[in-house]
Amino acid sequence: MTTTSRTGIPGTRPNESSLTLRRHVLDLDDFSRDEIEEVLKNTDVMREVLGREIRKIPTLRGKTIFTLFYEASTRTRASFEEAGKIMSADVINVSAGGSSVEKGESLYDTALTLQAMRADMIVIRHSDSGAPYFLARHLDAPVINAGDGAHAHPTQALLDLFTIKNHLGKIEGKKVAIVGDILYSRVVRSNLWGLTKMGAQVTVCAPPTLVPPDFLAGFPEEHAFSNLQVTTRVEEALEGADVVMALRLQLERQKSGHLPSLREYARMYGISTQRMKLANSGALVMHPGPMNEGIEIDADVAHGAASVIEEQVTNGVAVRMALLYSLI
Amino acid sequence: MRTLIIKGGQVIDPKNGLNKTADVLIEDGSIIGVDAGVNKNGAEIIDAKGKVVCPGFIDLHCHLREPGFEYKETIATGTLAAARGGFTTVCAMPNTDPVADSRAIVDFVLAKAADQGVVRVLPIGAVTKESKGTELAELGELADAQVVGFSDDGHPVRDANIMRQALLYASSIGLPVINHCEVKSISAGGHMNEGWVATRLGLKGIPNSAEAIMVARDIELAELTGGHVHIAHASTKGTIDMVRRAKESGINVTCEVTPHHLTITDEAIMGHGHDGDPYGQLKDDAYDPNAKVSPPLRARADVEAMVSALKEGVIDLIATDHAPHGTVDKQTTFADAANGISNLETALGSLMSLVHLKNIDLEGVIEKLTVAPARLLGRDDIGSLSPGTPADVTIIDTEAEWVVETSQFASKGKNTPLAGATMRGKAETTIYNGRIVT
Amino acid sequence: MSEALKTTNEERQVLDQAQLRRALIRIAHEILESNPGNTGVNLVGIHTRGVPLAERIAGFIEEIGGRAPSIGQLDIGLYRDDLSRRGRPLMHQTIIPVPLEHQTVILVDDVLFTGRTVRAAMDALNDFGRPRQIRLAVLIDRGHRELPITANYVGKNIPSSLEEQVNVRLEESDGIDQVVLADKGNR
Repeated sequence: MTTTSRTGIPGTRPNESSLTLRRHVLDLDDFSRDEIEEVLKNTDVMREVLGREIRKIPTLRGKTIFTLFYEASTRTRASFEEAGKIMSADVINVSAGGSSVEKGESLYDTALTLQAMRADMIVIRHSDSGAPYFLARHLDAPVINAGDGAHAHPTQALLDLFTIKNHLGKIEGKKVAIVGDILYSRVVRSNLWGLTKMGAQVTVCAPPTLVPPDFLAGFPEEHAFSNLQVTTRVEEALEGADVVMALRLQLERQKSGHLPSLREYARMYGISTQRMKLANSGALVMHPGPMNEGIEIDADVAHGAASVIEEQVTNGVAVRMALLYSLI
Repeated sequence: MRTLIIKGGQVIDPKNGLNKTADVLIEDGSIIGVDAGVNKNGAEIIDAKGKVVCPGFIDLHCHLREPGFEYKETIATGTLAAARGGFTTVCAMPNTDPVADSRAIVDFVLAKAADQGVVRVLPIGAVTKESKGTELAELGELADAQVVGFSDDGHPVRDANIMRQALLYASSIGLPVINHCEVKSISAGGHMNEGWVATRLGLKGIPNSAEAIMVARDIELAELTGGHVHIAHASTKGTIDMVRRAKESGINVTCEVTPHHLTITDEAIMGHGHDGDPYGQLKDDAYDPNAKVSPPLRARADVEAMVSALKEGVIDLIATDHAPHGTVDKQTTFADAANGISNLETALGSLMSLVHLKNIDLEGVIEKLTVAPARLLGRDDIGSLSPGTPADVTIIDTEAEWVVETSQFASKGKNTPLAGATMRGKAETTIYNGRIVT
Repeated sequence: MSEALKTTNEERQVLDQAQLRRALIRIAHEILESNPGNTGVNLVGIHTRGVPLAERIAGFIEEIGGRAPSIGQLDIGLYRDDLSRRGRPLMHQTIIPVPLEHQTVILVDDVLFTGRTVRAAMDALNDFGRPRQIRLAVLIDRGHRELPITANYVGKNIPSSLEEQVNVRLEESDGIDQVVLADKGNR
C-alpha cells in the first residue's frame, strides 16, 4: 500500500477524481497540486451542506470511523466527529484517558483490535511523530493523520489553504508569514508542503531557539523548500504579508529553556495591531488554535476585522468531510 | 589426537603479517602452524580454496541480555549468533537484570557461557553499583571474577568525579573503563540524529555535541588520572578529531566504531521506500524503529568521517554493539521503540560492503576485528593464528550473496534496518577451540 | 428523420444538433402544458449534463411565453447508494436558488437508465425541503430500469442493449450537440 500521488496515471479521466487511488492522508508531502485543488473544491461543496437547515447527508451510512486520540484535543476531535456524523457515519471515539490505552495497551494491539472490528477509517492523533505511519503499515483501513508529534497535521494545513483561497481568491504568489514555534510545530510542517505546492511565498519566523537548525542554514536550490524565507525578526516576516499566521506557543517552552519568559516572547514576537500595519492592507490573520491571547497574538488582532480564526474552525469540518468522502 | 587442516585458503593474519595462500594445521584445539602443502594422515580437511581464512573475530561490545532479558537474547542464542557472524569471542556488556556489578552475576554469566555458550564469553563489569552512576562498584572483586573491563553502557557515567575515580581505580587493576559518551541534558527527548532528517520527520534530534562533550571530558580525565578510557561506539567527526589529538599527546584513549555507524546514515529512518530526495515524500515504511539506535545513525558527513578514521587508524577497532530486542520493544512508534540493532549476524556483510566499494581493504577490516581488540584486552592468546594459541578461525566467502532474513537469525533479536537487504560476503565456517561451530 | 447516421465505426448518431434542439423545445412545451396556471416551475439540473439541459429548457419555456423558471443544480455524489472509489466523478457545487417547500420541481438529466441517479437526486432534493411535486425530464430514455421510476418528459426513447452506451454531448461541455450510441468501453 503506497500513498503515491496518482495524478496523470492511465485510467484517471479528466472528469474523474484524482483522489480515488489515495489510501491515506499522512501528510501533504505526497499530495499533488491537483489533489489539493480537488480537496479544496470538494470542501466548498461540503460548505453548502453545512449551510443547510438540516445538516445531514446519507453518504457514509453504515461506515464506521474510529477516532483515536492519544493526545488531548477539543477542536480537531470534535471536528472529525462532526464531519463523520453529518455524513451519517458511525463515529467511535477512543481517547487515551479511561480506555485500555491508559493501561499500557500498545498501539499495535489497538490497531489489531480496530482491524478486527472492521473499521472503515482510522483518524489518529498521537504525541509521537510517525504514529500514523505505524498504523498505516499494520492496517488495511485508510488512516487520516490528525496530528502526530512535531511532524504533520495535514487536515489543519488543508483547512488553512481553503481559508486563504476562499478569502484571497488564490494562493499562488501570496506572501504568507508564519510566526511562532517552528521547531515543534506540526502545523507549520504540513503548511509548508501545502503552501509551497500551491505556489505561495512563505516566510517562517521564530526566536532562534525555536527554529530547526537546518532551517537556519537555508535550503539548496533543488529542495522543495528552496524558496522558504527564514527569519528571527518578526518585522521582516510581516512586511508585505498577505496572510499572517500565528502559532500556539506551548507554555512549557519557557521551562525547557527555549525562552526567557512568555512576556519577552509576547514583546518580541506577539502579533499586535501595530505590527499588523507592516502587512498588506486586507491581510488575513490566522491561528490554528487554541490561542494564548496576549502572548502569540493580541486579543484585538485575534478578534479584529482581519481575523478569519473562527472561520478556520468551520472550514475544518468541511475539509474533513471532503477527505472522508474521498477516502472511504 | 584430533587433526584439522584448512586447505588452500587465502590466509590473512594481521598480527603475524600474513596474507598468502596456505594451509592451517590445527591439532587438539590449538593452532600448530600455517604453511603451504600441509598433510597429515587421518586429518579432517576443510577445503578453503577461494575463501579467506583468518583468526576468529572478537567483539568487544555486545549485549547478551542474560540474566534478566532472556526474551531478547540468551547466552546460548547470542553466542550462536556470534558464531554465525564469524565471532569466536564476545565481550558481554553488564546491563543485564540484575546489573553485572558483583561477582555473583559475573560468575553466573561465565558458568552459563561454559555450559551453553558456543564461543568464548568475556564479561564486562559495571563501573557503578546498578550502573546508577553514584557509587563505584566493587571493581577489584569484579576483576578477580575475570571481567575484562568496566562499563555502564547504555548509561553514560555522567558524574565527572565518579568517572575520575573510576579511571584511577581501574588503572591500578590495569583494565579500561568503557564509556558510552552522551550528555543526557542535551540528548533528552531526542530519538535520532539532529539534522534535516530529524526536522523532516518531526523527531527531536540529538546533536553531535551530546557525544563530543563527554568525549572531551573523558579525555581530560584520562590525562588527569593516567587511566585508560575506551570510547564506546564513536559516531561523530568531532569525537574522532578529539581522539586523534589525545592520542598524539600520548593520552591513554582508545575508541571503537560499529558496522552501522560506518555504513548507514540517518536517512534510513525515512524508510526503504524513500527516494533519496531530502524533501521527497515519505511512504508508510517511514519511521523504521529498527533504525533506532544509541548513539543514533548519523549524517553522511559523519559516516564518511568514520570510514576515513578507520583507514587512518584513529579508530582502534570495530565492535558490533549487538543489541537484540524482542518484538514488543520495537513494534511501536519510533519514539517509543527501544534503541539497538541486532548486529552479530550482519556485521561482516556490512563491513564487506566497504571492502567491495574499495573504501577499506579486507586485511584492515580483519585487523580491526581480531588483533586490535585482542590488544586492547591485553590477550596474546586470541586474535591471531599464532602457533600454540586456541584454534579460533573464521573462513569467509567474500563473494557469497545472501539476503538478510531475520527469521533465519540465530539471535532472538530480529531488529535490524537491514532486513531484506542483499549482502555480499559472509562467514562460511566458524571454528572455536578447534571445533567447527557453524 | 430518425435514420441513425454512422459517425465512426463504433458510434451511431441518434440525434444531431437540430433534433436535439427540437426534443428540448418539445419538452418545454409539455412542461408548460402540464402547468396550466403558468405559476412558474423550478428546474433542477443533475450534474453534469443535466445542468446545461435545464438552462436550455428554461430558455425555451421563456421563449414560448412561459414564466422564467428558477434553475438549480444538484450533485448527487453524496447520495449515491453505489459509492465506489474507482472512477469516482469530480464533485460539483449544489445550488438551490429558491426554497422548494410546496413547489413543483422538475429534475432534468441527460439519460434515464437504471433510475438510481434519479433516486439519489430525489433524496437530495428532500434535504432542501418538501416539494409539492417532483417531476422528471430527460433527453434520452434508454430503458433497463432497476427502480420503479419513470420520466414525465422524454426527448427521445432509444432502445439499447446493455452492451451499448448512450453518450450525450453538449456544446457547453463537449463542444458539440449530438447523441450517439456506442459500444461499451469506448467513450
